[in-house]
Amino acid sequence: MGMTISEKILAKAAGKDKVEPGEYIIGKIDLAMFHDLTGPLTLNVLKEVGYDKPWDPNKIVIIFDHQVPANSITTAELHKILRAYAKKYKIKLHDVGNQGICHQVLAEEYVKPGMLVVGADSHTCTLGALGAFATGIGSTEMAAVVLTGELWFRVPESIKFELKGNLRNGVSAKDIILYIIGKMGVDGALYCAAEFTGDVSKLSIDSRLTICNMAIEMGAKTGIINPDEKTFEYTNVPSSYGNIRSDNDAEYIDEIEVYLDELLPQVALPHSVDNVKPVSEVEGIEVDQVFIGSCTNGRLEDLEAVAKILKGRKVKTRTIIIPASPKVYLEAEKRGYIRIFLEAGAVVCNPNCGPCLGGHMGILADDEVCVSTSNRNFIGRMGSPKAKIYLVSPQTAAVTAIEGKLTDPLKYVGV
Amino acid sequence: MIFKGRVWLFGDNIDTDLIIPGKYLVITDPKELAKHVFENIIESFYTKVKPGDIIVAGKNFGCGSSREHAPLAIKAAGISAVIAKSFARIFFRNAINIGLPVIISDKARDVIKENEVILIDLENGYIERENGERLMIEKYPKFLLEILKDGGLLQTLKRKFGSDND
Repeated sequence: MGMTISEKILAKAAGKDKVEPGEYIIGKIDLAMFHDLTGPLTLNVLKEVGYDKPWDPNKIVIIFDHQVPANSITTAELHKILRAYAKKYKIKLHDVGNQGICHQVLAEEYVKPGMLVVGADSHTCTLGALGAFATGIGSTEMAAVVLTGELWFRVPESIKFELKGNLRNGVSAKDIILYIIGKMGVDGALYCAAEFTGDVSKLSIDSRLTICNMAIEMGAKTGIINPDEKTFEYTNVPSSYGNIRSDNDAEYIDEIEVYLDELLPQVALPHSVDNVKPVSEVEGIEVDQVFIGSCTNGRLEDLEAVAKILKGRKVKTRTIIIPASPKVYLEAEKRGYIRIFLEAGAVVCNPNCGPCLGGHMGILADDEVCVSTSNRNFIGRMGSPKAKIYLVSPQTAAVTAIEGKLTDPLKYVGV
Repeated sequence: MIFKGRVWLFGDNIDTDLIIPGKYLVITDPKELAKHVFENIIESFYTKVKPGDIIVAGKNFGCGSSREHAPLAIKAAGISAVIAKSFARIFFRNAINIGLPVIISDKARDVIKENEVILIDLENGYIERENGERLMIEKYPKFLLEILKDGGLLQTLKRKFGSDND
């Protein structure tokens, strides 16, 4: 019996020829990341241990992204202690100026296919899009990783999602993953590796990152995609780069086909990510705020789609746009997207997580409705527990901003 | 490890934003976090909970973020253990790592009543109800039980690294 890509990466990290689902292993970590909200708890643990020297400073990255630049004295203090720790051990730090959403920064600069990546953030699963095994962990176990470079894993069962066909204009990767979560439920892939195959190869790396990003929203340990030429080019490695793909006879606990041709724009209604319907069925809901950004949809491809729609138009509702990283921001600026956003009447903020988790830059008041390209619509996620969050694609968010109410983007592509 | 306490019943998919909203994540002191635990679903939960109380929930408890603030807040509020049909994986790991017992039981949520006083015997793998009924629970792998017995991963790390501080 062959192995899945997840099993291969975990076997290699454990120094074994073969591993099987359900088996517990100790894996050697290739890359560890923590940020400004989870990092301070890790440093607290190291302080209590009384020993804080990292096993390998070159394999650790600290990224400020949740509340940056500091929005309060408390946050400023957290940044200060993380800065001091990074300086003490010469750990790479993404501070103000080269801050950005951690998963995007890791994708752009650090992750290679075949790596075992852990991040103290649940959306670390995003990076499986690059053929790495990447998963979120907590702060205390991050302290263990910092000290030892190792962590225990239960080898997950894999579920195969085979994408088939082509998306129509106005439908994007976000609609694919919302549709899948709607079918699977928020615990439908609990503890599993969600492997996306088939015509996922036709999708860009940006789209693949969006899909893997939300694997956690159906409980998965990671989302993962076999690397191909696009992956090798994006991660700047030769195409001869190891045998990092699932064997044809690998075993899956479930195989699900997802047909793209007929897929319509999707929306996750309050207050659960699996409460998914086609946008066309719930159009017309009045909206107070549109947020375009986050580790799900703050990439160049997303901003390009939004710019195409907003060009020469004005938004009717307050609209916050946040590029995911400085690299994305700069390229969007070069291509004229930022000007389009500003002329349309949106506000563009510096790369960071923004209002996605209710930290700053667009917190919601009681009874407000937000249409957001982010990944969670839990009660209280973006501020008031009485606010409502609708999760959509960048295309749906952009046309909603123009109309001031939830709108199907297919209307704007002449279908 | 044996725990005895009064039960609070919760539903399915209790997410980390319901446990501790994102706006409090800049707080790192567990006692301060505890003041806000579950505040969006049970008003003043913190003042109502008593030391030793036990949460009995449905499926996928702790889904969402990797925030360790969530189990920390629950533990610091005085909750001695969480029983659920299933847990989100990062929450499950975090809870054990900070020394909060998390127990998987398929039946508990369906039969146990609010405010009932129950007993959990982790090593022997059962929950005992007020009426004497025993429910079997999933046993941990040995190394996880060891971490819990230590009181969390911090103690394990202290043992390993605490003495050779440079």
